[in-house]
Amino acid sequence: MALQTLSAYAVPLLLLGVPLYGLLRGLPVYELFAEGVWQGIRTCRDIFPYLLTMLVAIGVFTGSGAAEAGAALCAPLTERAGVPPQILPLAILRPLSGSGALAYTAELLQTYGPDSFIGYMASIMQGSTETTFYVLAVYFGAVGINDHRRALAVGLSADLVSFIAAYIVARIMFTG
Amino acid sequence: MLNKIWFALIAAGVCYAACNGDINAASAAAFAAADNAVTLMLSICGMICLWMGIMRIAEAAGLNRRLARALTPLLAPLFPSLPRGHAVLSTIAMNVSANLLGLGNAATPFGVKAMQQLRELNNGKRTASAPMVTLLALNTSSLTLLPSLVISLRSAAGSMQAQSIIAATIIASGSGMCFALLLDALLRRVRG
Repeated sequence: MALQTLSAYAVPLLLLGVPLYGLLRGLPVYELFAEGVWQGIRTCRDIFPYLLTMLVAIGVFTGSGAAEAGAALCAPLTERAGVPPQILPLAILRPLSGSGALAYTAELLQTYGPDSFIGYMASIMQGSTETTFYVLAVYFGAVGINDHRRALAVGLSADLVSFIAAYIVARIMFTG
Repeated sequence: MLNKIWFALIAAGVCYAACNGDINAASAAAFAAADNAVTLMLSICGMICLWMGIMRIAEAAGLNRRLARALTPLLAPLFPSLPRGHAVLSTIAMNVSANLLGLGNAATPFGVKAMQQLRELNNGKRTASAPMVTLLALNTSSLTLLPSLVISLRSAAGSMQAQSIIAATIIASGSGMCFALLLDALLRRVRG
């Protein structure tokens, strides 16, 4: 597949092309690279406090079972629209925890089969959205932003739209 | 808003564990998460350092200015307040391309670098600027062209049609991204 090839070549080409271009312009590429690494270390130092702060709150929420309990509360409502209740915990986990959502998706695929409706819809949901809270902590943590304004609201509502779209598309395209 | 959500997550977790008679679950989860944060940080730190190294060379060679000039017409509608041809546009373009190619490892360092450049343009203020919010919206809702991780997960679970989710994933993630960008553009008009 062309896209897969492009993905595979993108990184090696950058690794080769950028230093080559630098060398042709007579730049000290080795020292410049190391300088960049220093900036990277400072960036990581800036990000870490926010990452840990965010992950602890998310860990307590999901690890205590509160996420699943919250999903169980909403299940009767969404079930009326035809959403399988087993999917709901994934919708809550997905924006919070990347590894948690991935593990839950894997479990759904094992239990119900990847080609079942639940497996199909879970795959689309898992693939189509990002771990919003993680992205927010890392991106804004790196620049020490403490007033996020509307960023979280926009991110979470986009997740919701993706989930609804995932459900509708799964309904239409699922051939079982 | 984040302050309240952050507290609500902890409060809900602790209260639920207490009501369930399993209060140890809350503390165990907190310790595990703190541990996990260190592991996760170490694993993304290497990536960030690697790409920051490449970007430093590109910067010194003037590559990102050239790329920024070429890409300004494409990205300017999304980031109307950014100066045309500014280097941050090329970093944003690299971030978006990495996301589209499914290279999450490379997307994060580019996104973080772009945030840092946006902070300079924002005079180091601690309030998110409009372009920062747009960049975040782009990254939390990014269009996925090839959900490779999910496809491999499906094959591992014995799927007969592991790739059958590609088109559906593009539609679902595309809807999310369009919605995020429209909402962001709308709120930018209304609230600045």
